[in-house]
Amino acid sequence: MTKISIDEVRERAEIDAKRNGYYLNPDPEFLSSLLEGLKQNEDRYNYPSCPCRLASGLIEFDRDIICPCDYRDADVMEFGSCYCALYVDEKVRRGDVKLGQVPERRPLEKQAKAFTAKSDKDQKIKTEINDQSVPRTETELELWYCKQCGYVAFREEAPLICPICKAKKEMFAKIKTTVSYAK
Amino acid sequence: MEFFKVVGSRNQHKVVLFTLSTCAWCKLLKKYLKDNYVQYSYIDIDLVPENEKETIRKIIRDKGAPLSFPTTIIDDSILITGFRKDQIREALNF
Repeated sequence: MTKISIDEVRERAEIDAKRNGYYLNPDPEFLSSLLEGLKQNEDRYNYPSCPCRLASGLIEFDRDIICPCDYRDADVMEFGSCYCALYVDEKVRRGDVKLGQVPERRPLEKQAKAFTAKSDKDQKIKTEINDQSVPRTETELELWYCKQCGYVAFREEAPLICPICKAKKEMFAKIKTTVSYAK
Repeated sequence: MEFFKVVGSRNQHKVVLFTLSTCAWCKLLKKYLKDNYVQYSYIDIDLVPENEKETIRKIIRDKGAPLSFPTTIIDDSILITGFRKDQIREALNF
């Protein structure tokens, strides 16, 4: 398999930042260090998991920390940057807000799993994931719907701009839906 | 379990870091300690064999630390999560 180049990692992050109204970390040295970490993870796991979190190396346990991670949007909204500080908001980019290390939002059980998942001999968890007979649970979700293009985002707050059609935050309406998933 | 030792003249305290080889904050911390001549040991958890990871997780959790990186333990008692220059300086008196 051809390894991803550092330029490709950078370009992908730049595109994603722009699409979501974010910026990449303004410190060139720190940014390079993060991109290098992402590349290293993609080289060894085949997916760019967060450089600042321990990955299990098994995608089913690491999905939520594949960059951009599931926690990015909430962290940028609250702290001005994501956990590893690859993505920042306008205020941090301008230097109005000082960048600090963001507290971990990922649930502790998921973090703990990264230490054990691969060496777990009984593979019990894996079997359960594939087993359709396990009890399912239903939950009500709130989603944001772009009234201009139809894009739907699952997150706590509406995006700053629509990543598809660039509509402003105000164009998003809240919708509710019920999903059912295996416990 | 293999810790790497970085020698420094500021060696009055036992400084142990739990880090990741890919983590930018961990790299900053290692550099900061080195630049200030602090002697420390570290282990890059992503690089250790799978069967050692659970032991490391227990060591960290037994100290009451969250599982985020870098985690610094000074003299087996002071715990610092993340790259916190001020807390490090205070704990090491420099």
